[in-house]
Amino acid sequence: MNGRSLLLNVAVRYLMPLLLIFSVFLLLRGHNEVGGGFVGGLVAAAAFMLYAIAHSPAEVHDLLPVSPRTLFTLGLFMALLSGLLPVFGNQPFQTGLWLPEPLPVLGKVGTPFLFDTGVYLLVIGVILHILLTLAED
Amino acid sequence: MVGLLFSGLAATLIAPFIVRLPVRRAAWLPGIFPAAIFAYLLFSLPAMHTSRERIASLAWVPSLEVDLTFRLDGLGFLFSLLIALIGLLVVLYASDYLQGHPQLGRFYAALMLFMTAMLGVVWSDHLLGLFVFWELTSISSYLLIGFNHEEESSRKAALQALLVTGGGGLALLAGLVLLGLSGGTFALSTLNLRGEVLRASPAYPLAVGLILLGALTKSAQFPFHFWLPGAMAAPTPVSAYLHSATMVKAGVYLLARLNPALGGTPLWNTLLVCFGLITLAGGAFLALSQHDLKRLLAYTTVGALGGMVFLLGIGTPLAVKAALTFLLAHALYKGALFLVAGGIDHATHTRDIRSLSGLARAMPWTASGALLAGASMFGLPPTFGFVAKELLYESTLAHPAAGWLILFVFLAMIGMGLVSAWVAIRPFLGPLSFHHAHENSWLLWGPPLLLGSLGILAGWQATAVGELLIQPAATAILGEAQKVKLSLWHGITPYFLLSLATMALAAMAYLWSKPVQKSIERFFAHLAPLGPERGYRRAMNGLIHLANFQTNLWQNGYLRVYILFIILTTLALATGALLFNAQGLHLPAFTPPRFYEVLLIGIILAGVGAVVRTTSRLATIALLGTVGLSISLIYLLYSAPDLAIVQFAVETLTVILFVLVIYRLPKFTRIQGQPARWFDLFVALAGGTLMTLLVLLVTSETFVSLVSPYFNASSLPLAKGRNVVNVILVDFRGFDTLGEITVLSLAAIGVFALLRLVSQDRKKP
Repeated sequence: MNGRSLLLNVAVRYLMPLLLIFSVFLLLRGHNEVGGGFVGGLVAAAAFMLYAIAHSPAEVHDLLPVSPRTLFTLGLFMALLSGLLPVFGNQPFQTGLWLPEPLPVLGKVGTPFLFDTGVYLLVIGVILHILLTLAED
Repeated sequence: MVGLLFSGLAATLIAPFIVRLPVRRAAWLPGIFPAAIFAYLLFSLPAMHTSRERIASLAWVPSLEVDLTFRLDGLGFLFSLLIALIGLLVVLYASDYLQGHPQLGRFYAALMLFMTAMLGVVWSDHLLGLFVFWELTSISSYLLIGFNHEEESSRKAALQALLVTGGGGLALLAGLVLLGLSGGTFALSTLNLRGEVLRASPAYPLAVGLILLGALTKSAQFPFHFWLPGAMAAPTPVSAYLHSATMVKAGVYLLARLNPALGGTPLWNTLLVCFGLITLAGGAFLALSQHDLKRLLAYTTVGALGGMVFLLGIGTPLAVKAALTFLLAHALYKGALFLVAGGIDHATHTRDIRSLSGLARAMPWTASGALLAGASMFGLPPTFGFVAKELLYESTLAHPAAGWLILFVFLAMIGMGLVSAWVAIRPFLGPLSFHHAHENSWLLWGPPLLLGSLGILAGWQATAVGELLIQPAATAILGEAQKVKLSLWHGITPYFLLSLATMALAAMAYLWSKPVQKSIERFFAHLAPLGPERGYRRAMNGLIHLANFQTNLWQNGYLRVYILFIILTTLALATGALLFNAQGLHLPAFTPPRFYEVLLIGIILAGVGAVVRTTSRLATIALLGTVGLSISLIYLLYSAPDLAIVQFAVETLTVILFVLVIYRLPKFTRIQGQPARWFDLFVALAGGTLMTLLVLLVTSETFVSLVSPYFNASSLPLAKGRNVVNVILVDFRGFDTLGEITVLSLAAIGVFALLRLVSQDRKKP
């Protein structure tokens, strides 16, 4: 991806944070309104890919605190952990456990939310892993 | 018990990190796990002695009545003791043996996983639980054999072991399911009370056959024995632990465990005696043609396992006691000898007995460990091996067909005695062959010395060992209370004379080692091409050829052919189904389309038309993107915002993906001729028509869903979410989602691997 566009560059600078915030917004509201971890992850991945097109795939790697591979591994572990948590309380795998009171900003927090966050991270990780590998060489 | 198993899994996860802690001897930390098991077992010892069992249960899939029930009885206790004791020693040993290895963390993780799995096998009271842990031992063994994964031989050996034991595992699963179904329960302890019913059921012979297949592959019985010598590619501590003391005994464990349920029939006894005897004699003699310390030990392990299976096949209370005694004695001396072999390898970098000599002066401690363990393997009094050998002879002599059996057993024991002298004495006598050889750190000679001494101690205190360990285990195997009195000295008996003769002949053979070895080698040189390993290799090659053939047939690399096949198959099947079950089509009442609907359909049609005409790849992608986005708007119009937003995001990313891919494609060319394009048009039209018809059919059916109202009604009260779609994804059907995201991760790894492989190939000239 060589031909850099100034317009795209500037647009991405403003679009990307918005898209990322929007993706988190989708994740958080997912349980009650339209949204969810999967869609949120897709939007976030699209935001990063936009950045990759405007700048370069390598710069996306610099931007991310961890590699996409770590990201989706982490997501998978989070999802698994959310299912295992109830097992430690002698309940069947993947029983939904909830905090009694909703937290500010996050809303109701429970193992399904943890699961959804896992899905969110995993989707970002998987898509970036595939697309950035394709874009790199 | 459940807590211990979970802490084993936790230890697996954290082992890679804690062994890297900047503490002295950080590699000892994983030893806490086997030490904890050991402590737990010591506390359970009084309960074992009074034949009380420890039971713990954990609901797993309550809706299917599958619980993880664990039960610790005498048999499980004996095995757990070996797992914990040798496990602890191996952890300490490996901390020096593999010191500074860059992959030490991975080693300990796999080792912890194995320990947990092995405990699960011997504690499980549920057939399926047992099976899951059983497979887990195969997998962790695969990881450990292939530990030096940069060497092709390691990878091959690991795969071979996995395929043989894993294949046996599949048969075992079928056998266990049959067993569970015909017994009406999957709980082992209940099944063992229903032996009469099980043995009379028509499924009995098949179940026995399948279960034996599982047990015999795991315990490396003839004709599946070949994977075990191959498994010697593993680091030596692993060979000592998995491939001699514990995992390979899992098959013996299973046979012993199921003895009350399945044992006692002529079928069971004959099969076990035959396979056991062939393996015992075969293993001992195959060993004589080897020069490598580890392979010598591996083949005698095969033989010893055969001996245990043979004894279980005889099935008398005496034989069962003999099997258990042999098992304990073997684990102690063979574990020790493997560790000695590792120590010699560490100091001299060779394991060939022809070039090793005189090491006693350089490595006195290792030599004493070897001597003690070797004495037990040779069967000298007062070792535990002597007690075991006497019992073996005694049980064989009591068998109706003793005349033939004793001959094989006798010859096999001479072979094993000879090997024990080769391994434990020959490298240490004579002139020193390695002047740089030096004694290892105490971590390498301590564990074998301890195990060797335990073998002597157990022989000296045979009565106590028999009462504390063998008696509860024999009770569990036979299903009724047993009294076990082991002793070192029985007076002059036929089996004592046999034992003496064995020792004398083995000692004589040792003095003529060279000619003996030569002639046996010559004999096996003729026999080698006939071995079962050749069959395995042929089967593997055949499989690869078949895979190549059908891959070339179907995966021809033409995307359009794939799509053509998919659409044509769907067409044929769906049309067939429609013709046979035609129900009359009720067209819905026609509603005049709204303005936006017409507009969107117009955009889609225009997009599709342009896609067909254009010759630019980029334009094709952009146009397809337009079609996709229009579809997502249609979803929105029909109030499916979730679908719409997902479609929108996926469409965006797909376009990006395509753009990245087309850079790699060759220039756009039209390969097909005109007739082919007409055919494509026909297929496309037929596909479209079929889908339309299907949608109309589906909507014209009055379909009563039981699930949707349930989800709609219980989404908020049960799962605390108003968005039913998302609640289904993360809660009601969360298990499906977990599976899907796992697949997604695997796909990402696969794509990565493929792309990297391709780019590496390209870089090569």
